[in-house]
Amino acid sequence: MAQAGLHAQGRGGGRGGPPMTPKAAAPIDLTGYWVSVVTEDWRYRMVTPAPGDYQGVPMTQAALKIADAWDPAKEEASGDLCKSYGAPTILRVPEHLHITWQDDQTMKMETDAGKQTRIFHFGDWKAPEGPRTLQGDSVAAWEIQGGGRGRGGPANGSMKVMTSNLKAGFLRKNGVPYSENASLTEYYDLVKERNGDMLMVVTIVVTDPMYLRESFIISSHFKKQASDDGWKPTECSAKW
Amino acid sequence: MTLNKMSFSLALLLCAGLPALAEIDLSGSWTAKNHEDAMERGAGPNPDDWAGLPFNDAGRAKALSFSQSTISMPERICWFQTQWHIAAGPFSLNIRNESDPLTGKIVAWVIGGWETRAPMTIWMDGRPHPSKNAPHDQTGFTTGTWNGDTLTAYTTHIKTGYMRRNGAASSDQATITTTFMRHGDMMTLALVMEDPVYLTEPYILTRSYMLTPTPVAVAGPPCVVGYEGVESGRVPHYLPGKNPFVEEMMRLYNIPKEASLGGSETMYPAFRDKIKDKFVIPAKCKINCGAPGAPAQN
Repeated sequence: MAQAGLHAQGRGGGRGGPPMTPKAAAPIDLTGYWVSVVTEDWRYRMVTPAPGDYQGVPMTQAALKIADAWDPAKEEASGDLCKSYGAPTILRVPEHLHITWQDDQTMKMETDAGKQTRIFHFGDWKAPEGPRTLQGDSVAAWEIQGGGRGRGGPANGSMKVMTSNLKAGFLRKNGVPYSENASLTEYYDLVKERNGDMLMVVTIVVTDPMYLRESFIISSHFKKQASDDGWKPTECSAKW
Repeated sequence: MTLNKMSFSLALLLCAGLPALAEIDLSGSWTAKNHEDAMERGAGPNPDDWAGLPFNDAGRAKALSFSQSTISMPERICWFQTQWHIAAGPFSLNIRNESDPLTGKIVAWVIGGWETRAPMTIWMDGRPHPSKNAPHDQTGFTTGTWNGDTLTAYTTHIKTGYMRRNGAASSDQATITTTFMRHGDMMTLALVMEDPVYLTEPYILTRSYMLTPTPVAVAGPPCVVGYEGVESGRVPHYLPGKNPFVEEMMRLYNIPKEASLGGSETMYPAFRDKIKDKFVIPAKCKINCGAPGAPAQN
């Protein structure tokens, strides 16, 4: 691979200087408010798809069996309403995002839909022993491209996030499952439109040997907002 | 020649074939991962499904006048073949570069064509776009620039085509900006269409590909006009108010007409509040359901 990527954790801040923090080394600025732009998979995202509607997902027979048993009324009655808000699928939910730096090593992403919080740990962070969770344990790294520090020209890059220790959930609201053995890899890129709008494009790769015949690969895009306009925290829902 | 001069010459030779710092190699065969918009990119979208498409009243009116038989007219058979088909079609990509034989510098990236789309040549040598009055065709004219490892291509001079393969049209003033983002063996393209005639804001699609050792064949020439049974002089269409499919998305998926008729507000989360009380989860998927054992597409 000819990519000139560098994983910029702790690179020197200058000759003999202290290493730069991930926050300081960020080649792109992901912070701020973002809104989903739902131009793809509309009927699976903006409304709850019909039972049995699985277009595009490379499901195994085991997954099909589980999804075919999905019943929205039973899901709601179960009280576990957040199955379709886990890390592998949260960025497919129509929503607003708020991304901030929690500290120099840690980025935080909050969603208004489902009131979820994801934490992206840079550096040598090791996940503590603990139960599986909806958002799992995420390790982040910058992939720095181009010029930048000392090489001339502007730096560019993306953020790679790898997530594990996930609690099982749904890839789609109509019961398409992922198992607790699923893992998630994401790439966050920025694209500046000709009209000046900034887009965040997230490439999402879900791997699950139990319920997926191959990695499920999709990409979601978000438009940067100048403010928290439209931010409307809502609870998880199993039916809407 | 002294050793130093030889070393210098060797270095020059080696550097000649290398991309400039921050460029990456996009060449190769890339398999399309059609996991999103699977039906839209494969068999094609449902009639009158324009949810999430930011067209204006003129764009909607034109789409509503569209009959699928329109593209059986000899004059319209090749109507689909603009570069937007990269996003709206199912096909994989074959990408190669063209180099200057003297300098080795890459002057263009070429995305091979299919039977339904002409090759896209992305000129990297700084040449300007033609005059706005220059002829337009399905191929258009494309130039590219690098921003770090990201290639951005800008396409103009496209003929009238489509945004979605069910009659949503793009005008000859539409432009397409395509951003290539490579991550190892994976590549994501963000395609942004702007059209002052039929869109109120840019229409954005993102698509993912995986590098494959299996060659992706390029096909061509794209689109051959043939007789498909539409008699001379007939123009298939629907008059205003006569499109028989405006309730199709409600019939199939309980999706309200105000959503399926599109418009920019249907792209954003707040739109869900408008249709929440009108939507009921269908009892069962009836057609085009995907997954093993499901009913066949269309």
